[in-house]
Amino acid sequence: MAASPLAMKKPKHGHLEKNWVGLLFFLPFFILFVVFTIAPVVVAMGLSFTNYNMIQTPDFSGITNYKLLFLDDDIFILSLKNTFTFAIITGPVGYLMSFVSAWVINNLKFKTGFALAFYIPSITSGVAMSVIWLVVFSPDKYGYLNNFLINMGLISEPIAWTQDPTQLMTVIVIIQIWMSMGGGFLVFLAGIQNLNRELLESGKIDGIKTKFQELQYIILPSMKPQLLYGAINSVTGALGVYDIAVAVAGFPSPNYAVHTIVAHLYDYAFVRFQMGYASAIAIVLFAMTFIIGKIIMRVLRSE
Amino acid sequence: MNYESTKVIVKEPFKKRVVEKMKDIRRGFRHITPGWVMLYVFMLLLAAFCLLPIVYMISASLKPYDELFYFPPRFFVEKPTFDNFTNLFSALSNSTVPFTRYLFNSIVITVATVTGTCLVCSMGAYGLSKFKIPGGTAMFNIIIATLMFSPYVTRIPSFLVVSNLGLLDSFFGIVIVSVGASSNFFLMKQFIDQYPYELIEAARIDGAGEFRIFWKIVMPAQKPALSALIVFSFVASWNDYFTPLIFLSKQSMRTLPLALQSLAGGAGAATLATAGITAAASLLMTLPVIVIFVIMQRKVIETMTYAGIKG
Repeated sequence: MAASPLAMKKPKHGHLEKNWVGLLFFLPFFILFVVFTIAPVVVAMGLSFTNYNMIQTPDFSGITNYKLLFLDDDIFILSLKNTFTFAIITGPVGYLMSFVSAWVINNLKFKTGFALAFYIPSITSGVAMSVIWLVVFSPDKYGYLNNFLINMGLISEPIAWTQDPTQLMTVIVIIQIWMSMGGGFLVFLAGIQNLNRELLESGKIDGIKTKFQELQYIILPSMKPQLLYGAINSVTGALGVYDIAVAVAGFPSPNYAVHTIVAHLYDYAFVRFQMGYASAIAIVLFAMTFIIGKIIMRVLRSE
Repeated sequence: MNYESTKVIVKEPFKKRVVEKMKDIRRGFRHITPGWVMLYVFMLLLAAFCLLPIVYMISASLKPYDELFYFPPRFFVEKPTFDNFTNLFSALSNSTVPFTRYLFNSIVITVATVTGTCLVCSMGAYGLSKFKIPGGTAMFNIIIATLMFSPYVTRIPSFLVVSNLGLLDSFFGIVIVSVGASSNFFLMKQFIDQYPYELIEAARIDGAGEFRIFWKIVMPAQKPALSALIVFSFVASWNDYFTPLIFLSKQSMRTLPLALQSLAGGAGAATLATAGITAAASLLMTLPVIVIFVIMQRKVIETMTYAGIKG
């Protein structure tokens, strides 16, 4: 038999022989992943059906925590409402802005500079930037926004942006949108830059004339994987509003105006140490993120 | 004579060249339509909206004390000074925990997290991508699903684990909970999938050891993905407010975001008098992430090309 040396060293064979080596490489990540990502969700599910204060052993209480959450805890309902309001505004707006600006930037000169300007806000620390926001939205006439609006003649008295519960929501939404061009934006930019040239060329031959037609028939359909990655990024981001709200509005915020699910979770877990109840809050957050994520996965599935 | 002739020869084409160049320039400007101008103006305004807060932060951190009280407030600094920075380090140095201590804590935690993430995720991604691990495909699907987990959900049980291990108030405790982040693993795996298996095979035939192949042959080709991991884990760790808030209760162990939060005094307490010093501290927090991204921008975007999820 004329077995060539190449055929003798089939990759498959190598695969099987070196399995244990691959396992060794994978093991450190696997352990950390299981202990700090998978197990926590399972443990939180378990704990959510108990009373647990970290001193006594957890005792089973059935669905009491969930009943309390949804029927008796008005502040939780408020936090749910606030979180949804944030998510519904900042999620889609940030997502659309990321995509549209990535698409536009790709046609401009100075791509790198524009990309940098748009991406920088999302990597700043919410706490560090709050120092600036507190000056911009300062409730007296020293505040830049009040000063600007008074000069423009739009308002006569300064607005207490960071203290008035009715204004706080607007302030946090603006800041969230400012920070919202994150991972999604980079993936879109990379995806558009690396679109198949031939696909674009053949589109032109097939009669695509405007940039918008190109977007609709070529770019969007071939970028589903990137769109999905960006969408999942913005869902977890939009539902996890916490540090910027605390840094700007304090904890708890006036009238719980920008109290979010994560803020409620922090309150019960690490201020009151009611770990059972806090786990129930975590599981609600988990379920929400996961269900929305799964729906998006269904919509943007490739093939 | 000779001189005269060359002069004539050179002069003519030069004139022509200038005329051609002018035509070129005019042609170059022909595509500048009103729509084009409006697009650039609009994008520049958006870019300004993104960057102004950062510019203001720089300006405010350089303002001398009296300029903070100007009315109407001025955006740009007039007589820049480094007083705010020296105050930040000197005035706070005789308090129980000096500012440099927070800086030190943040640097140690971030460097350890970035190093750990790069090592653990690249080794894991290599193992999963280039070897047949039983249940590997299922494992990767689970990892993709966990991209949807909010880190806040996993923090309570992680807190219980870390506290039972006696690792609360330790750098190690806070580092191990973030090193195995699935988002970083995912990026690395997607990138390493592009690496041809034949090269690994060839190295084996040449007799290279398994770890040597990984370290000396595969890893050098993963620089773009490693840059992305460095940027993302650096940003996440450096800016993290929630994890140190619950894992580190000792004042001397706390990190910059927590220190900054108490320096600013929280909402409502921000006064004009402390605006300069807090702006200086904020700038110290913000500059490193910007610098590190600027350095690695090109490589990060290269990595993100493979970050799509097929679903």
